[in-house]
Amino acid sequence: MIEVRSLVKRYGPKTVLRGLDFSVTEGEFVALLGPNGAGKTTFLRILSSLSRQSLGEVKIAGFFLPNQSAAVRRRLGVVSHLPLLYGDLSAFENLHFYGRMYGVDGLNARIAEVLDLVGLTARRRDLVRTFSRGMQQRLAIGRAILHDPDVLLLDEPHTGLDQDACTMLDEVLRQVAVRGRTVVMTSHDLSRAQDLASRFDVLTRGRISASIQQSGLAADGLLAFYRQTLEESSQSAKETRPA
Amino acid sequence: MTAQPKFLKILNVVTVLFLAAAILMVFLYAPIEAVMGLVQKVFYFHVAAGWTGMLGFFVAFVAGIIYLITHKRIWDIVGLAGVEIGLVFMLICIITGSIWARPIWNTWWTWDPRLTTATIMELVYAAYLMLRQGIEDPDRRARFGAVYAILGFLSVPLTFFSIRIFRTIHPVVIGGSDPNATGSFDMTAKMLQTFMFSLVTFSILFVDVLWHRIRMGKFADQLEQLKMRLLA
Amino acid sequence: MNQVTPFLRAMGAVVWKDLAAEWRSRELLSAMLVFALLVILIFNFALELDPVGRANITAGILWVTFTFAGTLGLNRSMAVEKDRGCLDGLLLAPVDRTAIYFGKALANWIFMLAVAAIVLPVYSVLYNINLFNPGLLLVILLGSEGYVAVGTLLATMSVQARTRDILLPILLFPVAIPVVVAAVKASGNFLSGLEFIEIQPWLNLLIVYDVIFTAVSFMTFDAVVEE
Repeated sequence: MIEVRSLVKRYGPKTVLRGLDFSVTEGEFVALLGPNGAGKTTFLRILSSLSRQSLGEVKIAGFFLPNQSAAVRRRLGVVSHLPLLYGDLSAFENLHFYGRMYGVDGLNARIAEVLDLVGLTARRRDLVRTFSRGMQQRLAIGRAILHDPDVLLLDEPHTGLDQDACTMLDEVLRQVAVRGRTVVMTSHDLSRAQDLASRFDVLTRGRISASIQQSGLAADGLLAFYRQTLEESSQSAKETRPA
Repeated sequence: MTAQPKFLKILNVVTVLFLAAAILMVFLYAPIEAVMGLVQKVFYFHVAAGWTGMLGFFVAFVAGIIYLITHKRIWDIVGLAGVEIGLVFMLICIITGSIWARPIWNTWWTWDPRLTTATIMELVYAAYLMLRQGIEDPDRRARFGAVYAILGFLSVPLTFFSIRIFRTIHPVVIGGSDPNATGSFDMTAKMLQTFMFSLVTFSILFVDVLWHRIRMGKFADQLEQLKMRLLA
Repeated sequence: MNQVTPFLRAMGAVVWKDLAAEWRSRELLSAMLVFALLVILIFNFALELDPVGRANITAGILWVTFTFAGTLGLNRSMAVEKDRGCLDGLLLAPVDRTAIYFGKALANWIFMLAVAAIVLPVYSVLYNINLFNPGLLLVILLGSEGYVAVGTLLATMSVQARTRDILLPILLFPVAIPVVVAAVKASGNFLSGLEFIEIQPWLNLLIVYDVIFTAVSFMTFDAVVEE
């Protein structure tokens, strides 16, 4: 579903992604982990077509970025840590707007369906600026799946949410993902990631340095695996640094 | 840092020679104008500087378009160089215009279309530099600069016409003289030669300075890359 | 399913969204209006003119008011998108980028015209001048279109820069001078009842500006929003 080969991203003289390879099969739920500044957000922005790669190949659902970006965008749903919602419009109106932008048929019925899925039917007529952060994130997920995308990209979706809100969010994510959607999620919250994802990749210094399946982990294994990967990564960095 | 290419070294010498020759021509060869006297000689530099200013902005306009199409870094450097140089020469033009106006019309400023347009252009390109300053990402900075250089350059003829029509319908005079007569005088043959020579000289000067500035831009880039590699 | 959402539908959605959101909060319009009225008030004291003098510079005062209030509106309209990340939301949709540009520009134009629609009667009443002149209305339409076309593009740029708020006027005013000059002259001429043939050069200039700058703006919008 997602094929990334030798991805390079430069911002002027700074190289953020250095020949990154990444591949996700249909239905997988991948958690992308890594320290700050490793390039997770940059990578996700490229996958979501908001940013253009400097070099390398990106293929999503059979279409290439950046040349076929419209086709890719139609099949993508994106949730970022910013709400991407209009505070002065109601939940219903927000979804209606995005539905029109995505050319969704049978919009009203679909909106009702989605609101039900994220548990916000009761608040459909309320303005989004009256929503708590947790509710906004749930609505954001609703917005992301409105057009029934094949791929879901989540950039640190748990940011700023308290425990209850996180639990509710995870419920929604499980329901949403279980429909066979492919999901890539970046996260700092290892325990939540471990509960949700089927695969864990670690991004350090512009490349994927390690990858492991859920089945390969012990009970508390993700933390250990993550720490170990970071250790190894900074070791090899010290070795390759010019004298 | 690579050494200056041979052509550039030759150009440096040529530029200095032409400048010296031009100054000599202006003060020794060209006759003193009957009505205005010595101050009229400012005209030779005033127009040439204005011409070079426009040249700089035109270079930025073209470089902007090419950058948007190719996304090659060098065109951003060229565009910035064009604006910086254009800005300086246009300033010289405006100031010499003021110096010229004072003894002739007893005013530091005439709102005539050309001078006013020159000032507005100066503001446009100062805005260009301020725009670039406010943006971190180099690629975005280059794109925004390119777009604004295009907009700015296209607005110039329209600005000029709007002020020109403004003046002919309402010859409002601030400072007591006809603003349309930018010191009109008939040029004798010698004056014409001096004038053309200064135009050519300033054009050569422009190319020389532009080349140097582009080189500087490339070195700055290399420096940034080296810095990044050290910090990584 | 079509790959790209139809242009007009996307553009219409953006316009509707801006108008609906504004109708709810009325933040933008009220800010622009209050500001416009304040400017008119300040002019009254700053210029201290007799009725005759005032008639001559009505056009100037009106257009200064419009341009400053317009800048406020342009800034706010794009800032809303930027702050909540909504600009990304718009760019993620499978729509032609220029549909987004035209949607925003049209909404901004409507806001500016709405301000004019209120300022004109208020000014008429305050200064006892009849401003319901079809020529004047035409000039306001043409002038504000050009202003908003460039302004939307420049606001999109300035909102992504560090020096956000002061940058827009600095970028916009020098480039919008042809519009302002032509609009002021044409408005003044219509108000003094000049022959149409005399006003025509100004209208031509306005139309030329509108065409060129709307074209350049929507052609370069892509370069300004992509990364």
